Formats: sequence, structure tokens, C-alpha cells
Amino acid sequence: MSKIAYFNLPDVGEGLTEAEIVSWKVKPGDTVKVNQVIVEIETAKSLVELPCPFEGVISELMANEGDTVEVGKPLISATVADGAVGATVSEAASAASMHEAIANVAATGAAAEERTPNLVGYGTADPNGPIRRKRAGAVSTNTSAITAIPAAAVPAPAGHLAVPTHPDTQVLAKPPIRKLAADLGVDLGKVTPTGLNGDITREDVLGSASQASVFRNLSTPAAPSEREERIPVKGVRKAIANAMVSSAFTAPHVSIFVDVDATRTMEYVKRLKASTDFAGTKVTPLLIMAKAMMWAVRRNPMVNATFTAEEIIVHNFVNFGIAAATPRGLIVPNIKDADKMSMLELAQAIEQLAATAREGKTTPADMKDGTITITNIGVFGVDTGTPILNPGEVAIVALGSIRPKPWVVNNEIQVRQVTTIGATFDHRVVDGDVASRFVQDVASVIEEPALLLD
Amino acid sequence: MNANDSVPMVQMLSPEGDFAVPKNYAEYGSYIERLTEEDFLKFYRDMARCRRFDNEATALQRQGQLGLWIPAIGQEAAQIGSGYGVGHNDHIFPSYREHGVAITHGVELMSILKMLRGVNHGGWNPDETRFHLYGIVLGSQVLHATGYAMGVKFDGKVATGNKAEDLAVISYFGDGATAEGDISESFLFAANTHSPIVFFCQNNQWAISSPTASQTRVPLYRRGEGFGVPGIRIDGNDVLASYAVTAKHMDDAREGAGPFMIEALTYRIGAHTSSDDPTKYRSDEEVAYWTARDPLKRFEVFLRRQGIGEDFFEEVAEAGEKLASEIREATFALKNPDMEDMFKHVYSDSHPVIDEQLDWLKRYEASFGGEN
Repeated sequence: MSKIAYFNLPDVGEGLTEAEIVSWKVKPGDTVKVNQVIVEIETAKSLVELPCPFEGVISELMANEGDTVEVGKPLISATVADGAVGATVSEAASAASMHEAIANVAATGAAAEERTPNLVGYGTADPNGPIRRKRAGAVSTNTSAITAIPAAAVPAPAGHLAVPTHPDTQVLAKPPIRKLAADLGVDLGKVTPTGLNGDITREDVLGSASQASVFRNLSTPAAPSEREERIPVKGVRKAIANAMVSSAFTAPHVSIFVDVDATRTMEYVKRLKASTDFAGTKVTPLLIMAKAMMWAVRRNPMVNATFTAEEIIVHNFVNFGIAAATPRGLIVPNIKDADKMSMLELAQAIEQLAATAREGKTTPADMKDGTITITNIGVFGVDTGTPILNPGEVAIVALGSIRPKPWVVNNEIQVRQVTTIGATFDHRVVDGDVASRFVQDVASVIEEPALLLD
Repeated sequence: MNANDSVPMVQMLSPEGDFAVPKNYAEYGSYIERLTEEDFLKFYRDMARCRRFDNEATALQRQGQLGLWIPAIGQEAAQIGSGYGVGHNDHIFPSYREHGVAITHGVELMSILKMLRGVNHGGWNPDETRFHLYGIVLGSQVLHATGYAMGVKFDGKVATGNKAEDLAVISYFGDGATAEGDISESFLFAANTHSPIVFFCQNNQWAISSPTASQTRVPLYRRGEGFGVPGIRIDGNDVLASYAVTAKHMDDAREGAGPFMIEALTYRIGAHTSSDDPTKYRSDEEVAYWTARDPLKRFEVFLRRQGIGEDFFEEVAEAGEKLASEIREATFALKNPDMEDMFKHVYSDSHPVIDEQLDWLKRYEASFGGEN
């Protein structure tokens, strides 16, 4: 008793998807032994000789020299004895690879091309699409063409999983979409797919999720069981506390606010991002805001000053402080002589300052001798606030979130990118008129960044 | 200068199969005198077994049965010889190419194939074999070995006066690993604590595609000197030198001599792994030179001169074919592990977090519409 066996192209190099047939070492009718080299192939990594996994008589070479064969597709068929090792594989594995063989050999119709999902993949990109895990269920559609081939005739590539399935319950969805569906309690079987490959998309899942379940994952964590948590006041937290108290109780604070249309600033940011000069540099509205403040300082020098008992020191340079939230707490490093910097230099300095702060590597020198500060509370989604002065300085500006809001333009309501600029001043130094002019100047640059050309 | 050239090394068996113990190495020669003919036959049998196993595994990988294969062809003498030089009380921390050493310590060969097929993580019990799991991360196993040796030292299991209680550690690594900080750290700790460890470096001359010359300016056996780890070079293709030198320094380590390094100069005849194509970076002439220095061939010549007949070699060849067909059959019959298996050995008892993860995975698999 004999049967037909196939040798499918294995993945010989950790993640290859295909190989080219370089030369055949056998021809139909040849008797081959186990481990006899039958073909030389070239993969993306190397030239490899493939030894035959079974003993038998070659029936057919299933690719020509020069052909590119996908991993998992048959190279040869051969007549082998029943029970030949290497032609006998476990039931589960054989079902899967048999179908792959058939899909290639028989190729009788569309059923063989049916798209089915794979579980997880790795390896090089396959221009012809991923090699898919075949469904045993789909085999039945071509059984008429292959009844002569025993199921156990084809050795399976290592690790080739076959998952029996019900064709009518197949759903196509990528793993992140499956997770989303599971998180939202959406039954994928009931979702109508709209993806290009008949797969379920993120939108399909979100559309099927009820409002309630969408919010389910946003629940606030339960309160810890302890009634109180005691956090020692030390290190950065202690320094923050001392600075805040000293600032709040020595300098009389006054805060003012102005709403501003930041649409042009946002467009400017977008253009800077797209420019080749700024390639690789982070550009944010904070950069324009910093420039705006330095422009306004030049027009209102009194906000860039230090108050001492004997004298007011007006600085003719700007050491530009940026409040940074770090895992250890609030710190305010500053960029020395920021007013002398070009837009690009300033952008790089801000990026560097933020990175250093995030890594917890900000030095005391970085935090010393600031002259004016900005706090970007908008990144936390709030509109504005009344910041407390960094000790030794007389002005601090808060940049609120920038978002689309109704805005009156030429007596008509339009949607514009709107933000609020808030600022606090030391009233011992900065009078109301100076404070107002300074904030107005900042706001005017945000409204029209072209003023920076002044 | 190439660090592999013109360095004295312990060689007892020339590439032509001539046996001689150089005078200055008489202390090693005495270890050979204690060997019986049965020991010699065992050495040969296991080297041949290792090579046949290796060839079959290479074929199985090419037939899609293993995800990867890591051949040790050409290094059998270094491995079998040193493996038998290790005492039964001692602990072995191998790299991922030590199939020969595994053979000498009773590791089930199918366990290695299972690991390289991806159906287990090694599977043998290091507590029984004293052969720890393969170190896949280059050099990491040498730190583990050093830590173990320090523990042995702190437990006072060195130079107890009772040889049955003394214990030492050996760690295997390649020339490439010597360039890892792990190895230098191991030397430092082993030397400072005077721990009982032998560092066994198989210099197979290629760290994947990087030649030894690009990795070191001094011969590797001298790498430990500055740390306080003396060393010696041996001909790694000479099974007798490999056995004798390893056995002596393991004995010394057990008796409190501290760490020692053995550099076994050998050659990786095959590829780094089945994913590597060595023809891209080394010449055929070089491979031919080393093939002529094959460890099995010279030992066969030696045995025939000792009067071992054709029957023995035929018997070994037959046993090799039997082994090959057995592992072939067993490999094709390997089943994928159950999904649950990977959760089974995290905790000895069931654990709520692990149970939850298993449940999740089951639901995830079920989301494909299959029955698993």
C-alpha cells in the first residue's frame, strides 16, 4: 500500500516567507532516500540545500527553477510507503497543511483563495499578502478534487497550528480590535464588518458599543482601603512648599486674564513643523508663546525684574523659566539668555529642558537665576489659572488649553482656536497698566504671530 | 597579530592521531594514564553520537521540523572530553551549543530538539543532571555559574577534606561571549571570592560572522589574568587534552585553588545556526584546513592504532543510524503543548492572577470561532 506525500517549503531561517528554487537535484521517477538533498533554494538569508523528509519515488516537482515559492507551499509530491516516517504527521497538523497543499495544487476555484485570518505572524513582509492560517472548515469546499490524497500524507511545518472551526462563526478582526471588542463587551459575531478585507474595523466595534459600555472602562479607581495615606514632606515637595509660601506671603499677587484667538498661532506651528529647518525638532504652541513673552518683555521691561528691599533690578536679559511637572513634583528650570535665541534654537532648548526634567536630571544651576516664567497648564486640559510667582521673579504667565470655540469675527460667530492667557504679577513692582499692556502684547502675538517680525 | 596564532597549547593527540604527552604537561598526562580502554571507546562513541545527532537535527530543521538548529559540528572533542572531566557532584552552566556536554551528563537528547522546535523551554531537570538549562542570552550563564560557585564557596563545600562532598562549577561560553561585560564581571567576582569555578571557553573562531581577530588583541586564555584568573590554551579538537585539563582543574577548584580559565581552540565547521550562511564571511580554504583537523578522525586513527577493530566502528555507525531514525520519528510525532501548559509552572499552586490570564487567553482563542 502506498500513498502520495508532499514536502512543503519550510521556513528555514526564522521568519522567512518565501524562497527561490535555484536547482533541482532530482527528477520525477527518481527514488529518494530520507535526507537526500533534493533541491537547492535561495532565501533572503542564504543558499540552502533541502533534504527530503521521507523515502519514496518522486511523482512531481511542483515548481520550476527560478520560481519563487511561498513557505508552506509544496515543493514535491512523492509516492511513499504507508507509515513512512516524515510523511506521517499528527491529525491536527495534517488537516491544516493538507489544505495549503490543496489550495495550491488543485486551485479549482475561488474557495481555495478564500481569505481567512491568521493568528499572530512574524517575519519578513510578504508582497503577496500574509500566509494565512487555513481553516479546516474550508477544506470541505474542495474535497471532490482531492479525495485521492490521504490526510496524513503531508508533513506539516513545525509549529503549524490548525484550529478546527465552524465556517459560519468566522470573524475577521485584528487582535487590537478583538481586545477593544472584549473590553467594550461587543460580540464580534454580531458586528457588520466594513473593512477592506471583510474584517471588522475599530469604527465597527465602537459603533456597536452601547454608550454605557464605552464609559465602563473610564471608571474612577476605587478608593484605597486605608482611610488616610501619609506622604512625608521632603525633597522636591518640601522645596515646592517653601517656595510657594515664601512667594505667596511676600509678594502681593495680582492676576489678570485675556481670551485670545490662537488660530494663526496654530497655523504657524503647523507650518514650522512642516519646514525642513525644524525637521526633527518639536514645535508646539508653547514655543510661540515663549517668543511672544520675550517680545512683550522688550516692550514692558518692568515685568522682567527682581524686587529687593533697596532696589528694583530690571533685567535686560531673559532667563526663561518653564514650569515642568516631573514624577518627583514641580520644578522650574530656565533657559539662560533665551531672548538671544533664534526660533530654532529656542525650540531645541525647550525640548532639551523638557527631556532633562523628565529624566530627573535637572541641576540646581538649571533652576537658578530665572527672570520670568511660563506654566503650560493647557496640556492638562484646563483653560486658565492664577499661578504663583517663582520666587525672585515678578511675572508668570499661564497658557491655557487651545481648543475650537465660538468666536466673533466681523460680527459673525465662527469656530476659532481659542485660548486664555492668564498672568500673575508682583504688585510691588508691576502696576496694573504695565501688567495689562504686557498681557495684551502677548495676546496680540498669539493672535498674529507676524508681529514677531517687528 | 592574530590572537589565535603561535601560542603554546596543550595537545596530546596531533591532527595525525599521534599521541604524546609533552614533558611540561606531565601533570595532565597522569590523568590520561588513569583512563581504561572502555573510557576511550566511550569518548569516541559519544563524539560520534553527538555528530550524528547534530546532522539529523540539521536535516530536521531543513524539513521544517525545528524552528532553529545550532550545530556543534567540529567541537565534539572540546565538549565530550571536558564533559567527562566534570565530576558528578559538579554543576555545569552551558551556552546553547553544548549538545556534547549534555550527552556526557545524561540529558535526554529529545529535550534539546523540543526546545528548538519551541514546544518546551529545555525540559530537563538540572537538579538531576547537574547540567543547567541552555543560556540563550550570550554570556548570562557565566554570571549564573559564578554566582553558583560563590554560593558553593560560602557554603563551605570546597576543600572539605571529604572528596565526595567537594564541589565545583564549570561554565561554557564562546569566543564571542568574552567580549561581553558579563564575562569580565564573572572573572572579577570569581577571583575576588576565590570561588571554585572553571571558565571553559570554546574558541571556535567565529562569533557569528566576526572573527576572533576582531574581538581580542591577546590570546583569550590570558583574558582573566588581570582579574586573577589564570588560564591555559588547549587543542580543543583533542579529546584527551580536553578531558585531562578539565579534570585536573575541576579537581583543583574543588580543592580550593580558585577560578581557572581553559581556552579550547577549536573550529565551528557548520553555520552559527540554521539561519546563518557562513560562506558569506569565510573562505572554503579555511574550512578545509579545519576539516582536516577533525576531532573524530584523529581519535579514530588513535583508537585503530590501539588495536580497536572495524567491528567497533561499524557498531558505532549503526547506533548512529538508529539514533537518527529514533529522533526523526519522535520529532515528527511531537505534539504542540496545551495552551494551559505555559501557565502551569509559574507558581506551584494555583494563583488568581495567572488563572485570570488563562481565562482571558481561552476567551481570546475562542473569539476565533474555533473549539481549540
